[in-house]
Amino acid sequence: MAASRFRHYSVVTLVLLLALLFLSPFYFVLVNSVKSLGEIMVDAASLPKIYLWTNYNEVWEIIRFPKVLFNSILITGVSVAGIVLVSAMAGYRLVRRPTTFNKLLFTCFIAAMIIPFQSIMLQLVRITSLLELRGNLLGIFVCYLGFGLSLSVFLFHGFVKSVPVEIEEAAVVDGCTPYGVFWKIVFPLLRPIMVTVIILNGLWIWNDYLLPVLVIGANKDLTTIPLAVTRFFGQYTKQWDLALAGLTMSVAPILAVFLMLQRHILEGISSGSLKG
Amino acid sequence: MHTRKQSRQWLQQLVFLGPGTIAFSIIVLIPFLLGFYYSFTEWNGLDLDKAKWTGMNNITRIFTNDDKFWTAFGFTLRFTFVTIIATNVLGFLLALLLTRPLKGRNALRTIFFLPNVLGGILLGYIWQFIFTKGFKTIGELTGWPIFELPWLGTPHTGFWGLVIVFVWQTAGYMMIIYIAAIVGVPKDLMEAATIDGATYWQSISKITAPLIMPAITVCLFLTTSNAFKMFDLNFSLTKGGPGTSTQSLAYNIYAEALINNRYGLGTAKAMLFFFAVSIIAVTQVWLTKRKEVEA
Repeated sequence: MAASRFRHYSVVTLVLLLALLFLSPFYFVLVNSVKSLGEIMVDAASLPKIYLWTNYNEVWEIIRFPKVLFNSILITGVSVAGIVLVSAMAGYRLVRRPTTFNKLLFTCFIAAMIIPFQSIMLQLVRITSLLELRGNLLGIFVCYLGFGLSLSVFLFHGFVKSVPVEIEEAAVVDGCTPYGVFWKIVFPLLRPIMVTVIILNGLWIWNDYLLPVLVIGANKDLTTIPLAVTRFFGQYTKQWDLALAGLTMSVAPILAVFLMLQRHILEGISSGSLKG
Repeated sequence: MHTRKQSRQWLQQLVFLGPGTIAFSIIVLIPFLLGFYYSFTEWNGLDLDKAKWTGMNNITRIFTNDDKFWTAFGFTLRFTFVTIIATNVLGFLLALLLTRPLKGRNALRTIFFLPNVLGGILLGYIWQFIFTKGFKTIGELTGWPIFELPWLGTPHTGFWGLVIVFVWQTAGYMMIIYIAAIVGVPKDLMEAATIDGATYWQSISKITAPLIMPAITVCLFLTTSNAFKMFDLNFSLTKGGPGTSTQSLAYNIYAEALINNRYGLGTAKAMLFFFAVSIIAVTQVWLTKRKEVEA
């Protein structure tokens, strides 16, 4: 018994040490975000001698934080909503009508998952300017829709297969239109996989850098958080007092959302990954 | 009557699949196919019509006269190899630890997953600070030589810096997948093995590992493709430096097109990149799929 107890405590110690190690970067960022640059240079590890909250006020203005946060929420929200709706419809149709054309289309969606973004981005820049999709909200929305579909259609497709078709047939007998069947019966049943689709796409779009830089980079009114932080770092190199306050601010919204929804997020991710 | 039914089917096909097919075509399919054409042109990115057909020029140039591309290729291969092992070993270890009956298990899982919700761009900037200022202070306090290295200042420390951050970011994600799989391993199998006198490590390697092979396939696939395609972290942590010594393939393509303005050459590289990604991903899935067994 003593041996197993010893083992238990060594496991606990090991896990706690690893957890501290994982959290330590956040400590450094937080603590130094309220120091003066001079104090950071002398000692980056201890708690601040003087708390300099003005770092936050300054960066708040410089990166226009409220505006940038709003843009991130808007772009992520609109894109994720679009992806969910469009790929749920597509996945449903692809399962229920497996014609040759639809099977081919499904294969295209799946195969495209392997294409790296870099192999598309240069031509995409050109095409989006031709179609006047560059520099506006519609453009970035269509881009995310296009890139997000592959994985999402795949996930919905897998899930719809497990929805019994008999329910739909019963509804049709009762006089429901095909659109009503999807909207009133199937769509609500897709909820579990919808959570996964929302989480995976939401995290990706929220943190994405290269696509927004290429598609809306020129339009300062649509700047998202990653873009604003990068621009800020370009101008204020080595101004760590301001930079760390800016980083804390930028990291805070997504961390808050994660901590509130952590159970759903972790479940959503594990069920999404093991479907393939 | 027949035609009316048919046209109704057409309308449904259009409503359900139309938007997706259109978005997918103009954003993914058409640009991708165009890539094959632009790989053989000289193009400055501004005007599609001004792309000049130059035949095999770009390809020849990449294969005979582009050391940086091949350095980036080698760097990416080394980076992928090291991070696949490190991420999966750490992720699996964490999963083993956190499937034991521990108090606060869920809170701990949350902590290990935390870095993953932040994007590569922000993480890169955060760690730039840790490596340059934080490590310096720790070095002064503890006197440990590892913290006194010129972190990110040499090709070597740059490489390991990227590895550390990448592993820190992705290990938690793999942990979640491994946990889901380990929980699914039937308890009676583990008990039977213990009764038959198997040690802890024997039952892990002979029972758990073979049974969670599907999860291992997924995790290896995810780490391979993420590591091979790394861009954000590279961009914000080292900017490919010092010099171009820590430039990943994705970064090299970006720089060729958007900094040097050689879009044609950039596209050619990007298409080679696509083939490399496909070959690696397919081989890796094929290798691990063969090892999957059923309980």
